[in-house]
Amino acid sequence: MTHGSGARRTVSVEGISRVEGEGSLLVEVRDGVVEEVALTIFEPPRYFEAMLRGRRASEAPDITARICGICPVAYQMSACGAVEDACGVTVDRRIGELRRLLYCGEWIQSHALHVYLLHAPDFLGCQDAVELATLDRAAVERGLAIKKTGNRIMEVVGGRAIHPVNVRVGGFYRAPSRDEVAALAEPLRRALDSALATVEWVAGFEFPDVEGEYRFVSLRSPGRYPIESGRVVSSDGIDTTASGFADLSVEEHVARSTALHARIEGRLDYLTGPLARYALNANELPEVARQAAAAARLGPVCLNPFKSIIVRAVELVFACHEALRLVEAYEPPDLPAVAVPARAGSGAGATEAPRGLLFHRYELDGDGLITSARIVPPTSQNQIIIESDLRRVVQGALDLSDEELTWRCEQAVRNFDPCISCATHFLDVTVVRS
Amino acid sequence: MTVDLRPTLAVWKFASCDGCQLSILDCEDELLALAGAVHIASFTEMSRARVEGPYDLSLVEGSITTAEDAQRIREVRESSRRLITIGACATAGGIQALRNFAQGGEYARAIYAHPEYISSLSTSTPISAHVQVDLELNGCPIDRRQLLEVIVAELVGRRPVIPGHTVCQQCKVRGTVCLLVAKGIPCLGPVTRAGCGALCPAIDRGCFGCFGPSEGANPRALAQQLLDGGMTPADASRLFATFYSGNPVFGDQAQTLARSGKAGGSGDASEVAGAEEPT
Repeated sequence: MTHGSGARRTVSVEGISRVEGEGSLLVEVRDGVVEEVALTIFEPPRYFEAMLRGRRASEAPDITARICGICPVAYQMSACGAVEDACGVTVDRRIGELRRLLYCGEWIQSHALHVYLLHAPDFLGCQDAVELATLDRAAVERGLAIKKTGNRIMEVVGGRAIHPVNVRVGGFYRAPSRDEVAALAEPLRRALDSALATVEWVAGFEFPDVEGEYRFVSLRSPGRYPIESGRVVSSDGIDTTASGFADLSVEEHVARSTALHARIEGRLDYLTGPLARYALNANELPEVARQAAAAARLGPVCLNPFKSIIVRAVELVFACHEALRLVEAYEPPDLPAVAVPARAGSGAGATEAPRGLLFHRYELDGDGLITSARIVPPTSQNQIIIESDLRRVVQGALDLSDEELTWRCEQAVRNFDPCISCATHFLDVTVVRS
Repeated sequence: MTVDLRPTLAVWKFASCDGCQLSILDCEDELLALAGAVHIASFTEMSRARVEGPYDLSLVEGSITTAEDAQRIREVRESSRRLITIGACATAGGIQALRNFAQGGEYARAIYAHPEYISSLSTSTPISAHVQVDLELNGCPIDRRQLLEVIVAELVGRRPVIPGHTVCQQCKVRGTVCLLVAKGIPCLGPVTRAGCGALCPAIDRGCFGCFGPSEGANPRALAQQLLDGGMTPADASRLFATFYSGNPVFGDQAQTLARSGKAGGSGDASEVAGAEEPT
């Protein structure tokens, strides 16, 4: 919607679409200078941290999965990690590998959803993937097929694609059979080919010329691209455990948002997600993903937030390749889960949700009940960067018409694949020019 | 210009996790065909395009937890010829209905430094508590095959085939050996609505009730059996009070068990996970 004329202009949109959740965006431009950027999250709060109090620690994976239907495995894995940390338990290697396979399924499903259905339409001037299909049906069908393969992994390993039922603290209820897992290999080979085609496809899009200044934070895990475990590292030298990072991180409550803003203590904002993971871990990508990144001229660090779609596509190649590797090496664990004896204490778990670092911290009593919980999703951590990015994007695009500028702002928000349902714990766009 | 005669579909979100509307996008094989058969007129998670109502069919996800949403659902109802709720949140208040049992303001104070910034109701209520609902689809999350069945039934104007029987009966159809009887694993299958495909018992996990109560469920009898099997009242109460505490069939049973637990001492367990269930 556009109103106003001459030097004073107001642009507003009632809801940024193609993100998960509800909120709004206000951009104020005065005399050609962006003065105010405010991301308002009005997704109603659901109080998960309060609901967890007095619940069994064993219930945490199922309860916290309900924070987000797009990345339930991320919640389940961080919850399991936090409880196991509190109880001093480490799962054995085969259970860990099965968790990584399940998590690859979620990465494939979520990245294919974002790249093809939520983000690509912006680059091609389409309202949505349905319109995109009228221009390039084969592309949309390719994306849907990749997504389906991710969901298939989640069904085989997790028992269900949305809110998997097979995850428990300590491991799984039942380890899938060799045959069930082996049946994933063929669809994964096709998905890997399609993921490579995806990198080529998105690398051909036109990208606004903008670069951010980011402090990157992600997990790092020696010898492997981080997903389900690792230490928390940053581009400016942080190297700590999940628990150590939870100590460093502070959250602020601002009036306009039902999502808390997370920063590193000392008011340092940071970026988590594909750009951060890639910048800090590109050397750990398998050869096939590195070659795809090189062919897409990505470089070792990507600072253009719009090119996050290329990084996501490269991660899609990685996730398909990694899932295939895990499928081919699969041996069922001797027991599907290790026992987790209750003990009083606190523990933290951090994993890489498709959209960024997700950490949980719980305090448990000696009966295995949760006495307090803290959950910090990626979008809470990225919120401040989304605003500063928007300021930069708008400042560099003031020559666009109101309609085009509004769309550009929406696209800039979607660069982060924000999950507002998670963070509220997002979107009207209003641009005011005077 | 040709006139678009396809029925219009709108998808709405209230307090929820997005998982049930994701079920639509998870119909990978059917999505483009669906988008051909109906005009997806308003679906914020999928599209920038938004066509003004009225709409032939509205799918509503999420529960009502704010005064603004209580008003918005009335507007959605007024603009919809048929309104179907999808999922546990829209149908029963969802997991966030656990706040209905908490002291006022306790939840907001537990999380937010400035609870005064938050305008949220003290309850999470289903859509049917606010407006007339034409059909309710259960599940946390809904089953996408059931969703397709409902949409297809709406399109051709017939009643959808959605069973009201139990997970327990689905287990018999699948040939899953009864966990409750054979292994003593606590299971809500005898009182939980079918629709998931009896997924959990097939992986040696007791049903945890994510499709809500079945028609004619007798939770009291099952609660007694759980207690007889050695479960503490507090743990049995938690089992009934997860995704469908906002439905009185499960919610009242959970409350009754919680009260008896307080009277009879609190439960304890020596393990977070692993001991009570065979692996």
